[in-house]
Amino acid sequence: MPTESAAVFVIAEQMEGGIQPVSLQLVGKARKLADELGTKVGVILLGQNLTNDSKKIIAAGADLVLQADSEALVPYQSELYTEIIVKLVVEHRPEILLIGSTFMGRELAPLIAARLETGLTAHCIELIISSEGILEQRIPAYGGMITIVCPEKRPQMATIANGVFPSPVLNPDKSGEIISIELPKKFPQRVQTLEIFREKLEGVSLETASVIVAGGAGAGDPEGWNQLEELARILNAGFGSTRPAVDAGWTELETMIGQSGKIVNPDVYIGVGLSGELQHMVGVVGAKIMIAINKDAKSPVFEKVDYGVVEDCRVFVPALVERLKNKESFVGKVR
Amino acid sequence: MLNIVVCVKAVPEPIAASNLKIDPVTKSLPRLDIPLVINPLDSHALEAAFQLKKKYGAHITILSMGPPPAGNIVRECIALGADEGILLTDPAFAGADAFATAYTLAKAIEKNGPVDVVFCGMSSSDGATEWVGPEIATFLNMPVVTMVREIVEDQGDEWIVKADYERGYRMVKIKLPAVITVTRDLNHPKPLSFSGIIKARSKEISEWNHENLEIPAELVGLKGSPTVVTEMTRVESRRNVKLIEGSLQEKVDRFVQILSEAGVV
Repeated sequence: MPTESAAVFVIAEQMEGGIQPVSLQLVGKARKLADELGTKVGVILLGQNLTNDSKKIIAAGADLVLQADSEALVPYQSELYTEIIVKLVVEHRPEILLIGSTFMGRELAPLIAARLETGLTAHCIELIISSEGILEQRIPAYGGMITIVCPEKRPQMATIANGVFPSPVLNPDKSGEIISIELPKKFPQRVQTLEIFREKLEGVSLETASVIVAGGAGAGDPEGWNQLEELARILNAGFGSTRPAVDAGWTELETMIGQSGKIVNPDVYIGVGLSGELQHMVGVVGAKIMIAINKDAKSPVFEKVDYGVVEDCRVFVPALVERLKNKESFVGKVR
Repeated sequence: MLNIVVCVKAVPEPIAASNLKIDPVTKSLPRLDIPLVINPLDSHALEAAFQLKKKYGAHITILSMGPPPAGNIVRECIALGADEGILLTDPAFAGADAFATAYTLAKAIEKNGPVDVVFCGMSSSDGATEWVGPEIATFLNMPVVTMVREIVEDQGDEWIVKADYERGYRMVKIKLPAVITVTRDLNHPKPLSFSGIIKARSKEISEWNHENLEIPAELVGLKGSPTVVTEMTRVESRRNVKLIEGSLQEKVDRFVQILSEAGVV
């Protein structure tokens, strides 16, 4: 039977004075998992000026927030965060511990898992409680879905990207307890984040774009890639990519869409020179209309989209760009 | 002189491996002969070590865990300029998850002797967990920075690095000995020439099993792994594709029409 110590925990993250959207999404998911297990939701939140964020976390479904509020916790410091969180997890012994696949989460999760000597599943897209009460963690791979479990060690840990689970409806009347945690008196200083710098983003943000043009490894040579970027510019589209395209060096990791990249919800998705690998496609399942361009008529991508063009993208994209440019000037004339 | 360990993984050639599909009947991966290559991100870790060796002098040890053919990847790293190579190979290591892999690599790093920096690629093309570097650091009780894109200051035992972060980067100070995982932005690795590959065949490497590492078989491989894969299922498509057909110009016209109907243009 689930006991007090069987709780579902989330490590939440503060970012520039607010709570990361993925943190609230995970609290919402944790609430559902905890209800199935008949247990509570606990959240660990480290940062500064946390009162409002902790209230928001409770409104999102948490029963308990363990908060450490100190200027020493901003910006994120891996060693200090690990010390505090490991101590809390050892005290509270949650069954499940969920962490957002943010840059912080992706570094912190393995540091915590290794210290706790437990398993950690990367970038899950589904979490299901089995009939035995075990957390089934699903990740896409090899044209299918792989289920991973951590049968003996606790907590069962997983990272999840922003957008995989919906943002919960906040209920301001929900009650919950906030407990303040003291910082350790002495803390490790072998590694220190000195400062976080923001860089100017070029182009349209993938997360908010209503149209996305995504290129795969098949779109590359530099000229092919330039044409894709040109297409994205003309359509005022966000520019995305697949892991093989990133691996091949055509584009930056920032543009990667999918399980270990960004999860996006455009109205129209145009996939060019990519094979429709599930790791990428799970990032765009929210798209309303999906179109693929691929020279191989047998490419699996054509099983996963609404419209398909069988054509070499190095021929088709320049022709499309040309046509859209003409249309642009035509529209301009009419107006 | 710096003592550097570079962890490398021999992975199935990524483009060929991306065509592997779960067999819907056996619910497992078909066995295909895909050639092993160095994990692309690990070649950036290796290049970082080479640059330090050029600047300050360094002893570079290549460490890999895998089946005996993975030894060729270790030999290639030596042919490129590393000083020695160790392959952790043992049937008992098979089936290791990130935790058991990191534990085994950490034990080998300890056995190998004093180390100043351990470089790893931030993830592998076939596992993609990003956990091995930071978990090695934990087992070695060393600090770690993940996803390093630039080493700003590398003199002395306190380095300053830039690491990827949301919409930018963070500047991090780290005391050696340390583990650093790298992104592809860090440098431009030189590919191995054909003559280099021929030369690599004759390079000597050490092979260690769990007994050489003095760790019980229960702590390595599948037995030492907290996580297990329980199921693989093929996922079938849910969309019905309509192919746009005709001449190039007709296809372009229809494409623009679809975009127009969707309100995009």
